Amino acid sequence: MSKPLISVRGLTKVFGDFTAVNGINFDVAKGESFGLLGPNGAGKSTTMRILAATSTRTSGTVEILDKDPEKFGPLVRAHLGIVPQEDNLDGELTVTENLFIYGRYFGLPKKFIKAKIEELLEFAQLEEKRDVKVQALSGGMKRRLTIARGLVSEPDILLLDEPTTGLDPQARHILWDRLFRLKEQGVTLVLTTHFMDEAEQLCDRLVVMDKGAIMAEGSPQGLIKQYSSKEVLEVRFGSDRNKEVAPQLSQMCERMETLPDRLLMYTEDGEKLLEQIAAAKLHPTTSLVRRSSLEDVFLRLTGRTLIE
Amino acid sequence: MNTGIDVPQIQRYGALYIASARLKSMSKWKAIIAAVDIGNPLFYLIAVGVGIGVLVEKGSGTSGTNGIKYIAFIAPALLANSAIAGVMDETVFPTIEGFKWRKLFFAQNATPITGRQIALGVYLSALCRAIFSVSVYYLLLIAFNVVEFGSSILLIPIAVLGGGAFGAIILYAAAKIEKDDQFFNILGRLVIMPMFLFSGTFFPLSSMPIYLQPIGWISPLWHATELGREAAFDYGISNLMVAVHLTFLSTLVAIGITLSMRQFERRLAK
Amino acid sequence: MSAAVEVAEKKKSSAMYAGRPYVLLERGWLAFRSSTWIPVVTGFVEPVLFLLAFGYGMGNLVGDVTAGGTTIDYTLFIAPGLLANSAMNGAIYDSTWNVFWKLNESKLYKTMLSTPLGPLDIALGEISWALIRGLVYSLGFLTVVTVLGLTPSVWALLAIPAASLVAFGFASFGMAVTSYFKTYQQMGFINIILLPMTLFSGSLYPISVYPDWVEKIIMVLPLWHGIELVRAFWFGNITSGVLVHIAYFVAMIAAGLFVTSRRLRALFLR
Repeated sequence: MSKPLISVRGLTKVFGDFTAVNGINFDVAKGESFGLLGPNGAGKSTTMRILAATSTRTSGTVEILDKDPEKFGPLVRAHLGIVPQEDNLDGELTVTENLFIYGRYFGLPKKFIKAKIEELLEFAQLEEKRDVKVQALSGGMKRRLTIARGLVSEPDILLLDEPTTGLDPQARHILWDRLFRLKEQGVTLVLTTHFMDEAEQLCDRLVVMDKGAIMAEGSPQGLIKQYSSKEVLEVRFGSDRNKEVAPQLSQMCERMETLPDRLLMYTEDGEKLLEQIAAAKLHPTTSLVRRSSLEDVFLRLTGRTLIE
Repeated sequence: MNTGIDVPQIQRYGALYIASARLKSMSKWKAIIAAVDIGNPLFYLIAVGVGIGVLVEKGSGTSGTNGIKYIAFIAPALLANSAIAGVMDETVFPTIEGFKWRKLFFAQNATPITGRQIALGVYLSALCRAIFSVSVYYLLLIAFNVVEFGSSILLIPIAVLGGGAFGAIILYAAAKIEKDDQFFNILGRLVIMPMFLFSGTFFPLSSMPIYLQPIGWISPLWHATELGREAAFDYGISNLMVAVHLTFLSTLVAIGITLSMRQFERRLAK
Repeated sequence: MSAAVEVAEKKKSSAMYAGRPYVLLERGWLAFRSSTWIPVVTGFVEPVLFLLAFGYGMGNLVGDVTAGGTTIDYTLFIAPGLLANSAMNGAIYDSTWNVFWKLNESKLYKTMLSTPLGPLDIALGEISWALIRGLVYSLGFLTVVTVLGLTPSVWALLAIPAASLVAFGFASFGMAVTSYFKTYQQMGFINIILLPMTLFSGSLYPISVYPDWVEKIIMVLPLWHGIELVRAFWFGNITSGVLVHIAYFVAMIAAGLFVTSRRLRALFLR
């Protein structure tokens, strides 16, 4: 592997007596799509702000393209495209004006930006909205524009903080498609998310974070393979009976998690397990066999679900 | 059925419920309210009254102000203006907030309280602010010996009437407008400021060119100021003019509040 | 290497300054272009109204004024003071309320600081924008005054750069103060402080009407220096005292820029 674009060692950030990030290590290679997966408050956004050179660290080292963001803030930021969690588009300006002025913040020549805008409008599928004030855009459009804005400076790395939080399912899929294209073009993506489906869709490699620490690292498939079984059988017996039958069921599978409303049974073959349960004369009110996901990995690692 | 909700009671006293809710939220701002309502006129009184007063004394003496000392001359006007500014704040902001920013009125209207009662409640609470500020300011005028205690106490109801006349109209305007982005700017700089400057506040209306005098004639501030001067110093206004001033102000109250109540009802029903 | 990186490597930018404050002016112009002209127009009308009211109305009561050894018509006396005042108002409006909005509501500065721009770019750019606005107000006012025949000589033209310096000082100071404010209530106090300063700083009457100790307090206030500076150029009375006023504003600008950029860094790059 060639030298990584981003290299983080022992990164720690303390706010008062709260440790938001606690000695984490990771590398991001060029062209890679790297994810930070974890629940709210895991320290993902803090890590992102430090990578973005808009926050200082308490200890540890960070290198982005061989430079310490704390010492070379403006230069490091010139390499980055930022897509923050909350849309912070310039509400007083139109779509193209937003792209234009953002390019100017980077000191780009007007001619360069004007040509770039056409390309970005197409990418963001906003050609028809070019002269509309951004307040009038839908949530999905705003997010696409924010991503397009982050690309004005042709960044080496695009940092996306919770890119699809708050969007409806259709808007999410459009956005994923756009990000996928960027990936294909070789843009290095670093994103945080608390959606496991998003992490599975977009990330080549990810770290699972909880309470400021990294719990595991690998590709989505690799993590699932390592920390979970092939399939999961979800069964419900009604809230009171779940507990009653739990001891008996846990004998039947490799591992079981008891959630407030359902039981998750980890196994290589869900259908076969369901037959066994029926044979034991236990009749769940509902049952579902599915493949293991990152949600299960997270549950295994922390004993908690991602979205609480 | 016993829900503890006394509908007839609400129908009778709904406006008072709204007013008391408004007063409660005003009390969060009491430091600013006191500073603005009492500080502003006090600064004008000291700066203009004393500062320009010296110039006026050297210039025309008291011949331009019907024999009244300059600082005393402007005091009733500042008192009425304070009432007007206070009532305006407490009608315009809550109304636009209620209809647009936080849509509180729609929630209130979902109870047995009617739109007319909401309008009246907002208006009454605004008058309360004026009564409070004007009274404190009046005591300061007495303490500084700018006016003598006596019939000058009528300055309080007169100023509140002036504030109420302007407030009733502005309440209607605030309930009427849909786009508020430039409303405050226009109101503050093109209505309040000219009214403040050209209503005989700092000099008699008659000393202005005739083409500027109509600003005073339609200004509640001028009518309240003239009445106030008469009450406090025997300014020499005829009984007929006193009647004109009183009629003008009361008519504004009546028209403004009627229009406002209707507009509140309509906009809430939309 | 991308164009953005090339720019960043070519310019020796520090953590505080990328050398591009002008992009804020570009942004200001883009936003202004599509916004309404009402605030600008009304901001310009205000000092004109003061001039008409105090000049023509008050002029009758006051007559001539003796200030600095010369006796002049009252309207002539107040014109330069009002010019300084309007420059201040224009600058303060942009550097307080607009800045407050961009700091706390729209988070525009936060966005800018996630690009290679530094805090000093923002402070300088934003203050320059406020300065331009102050300049536009001053030019408008000067035009009106000239049309009314109140300009004493061509010297009055020099009052424009003087007024710009005043605007720069207030914009710089206003932004520094605003960067510490978190709530609208705190912002309300800005107006409460501005009003007495406006009234007492000698735009409407010479401060010599006050006792010595009051005069000394007023002479500490920035607006007094601003008014005296503009007045000196207006009448072509340029003495060594002018240097003191200039120094005062230069210090104010430097302090304001320093505090603002430090504060922006503390807020968004910590």
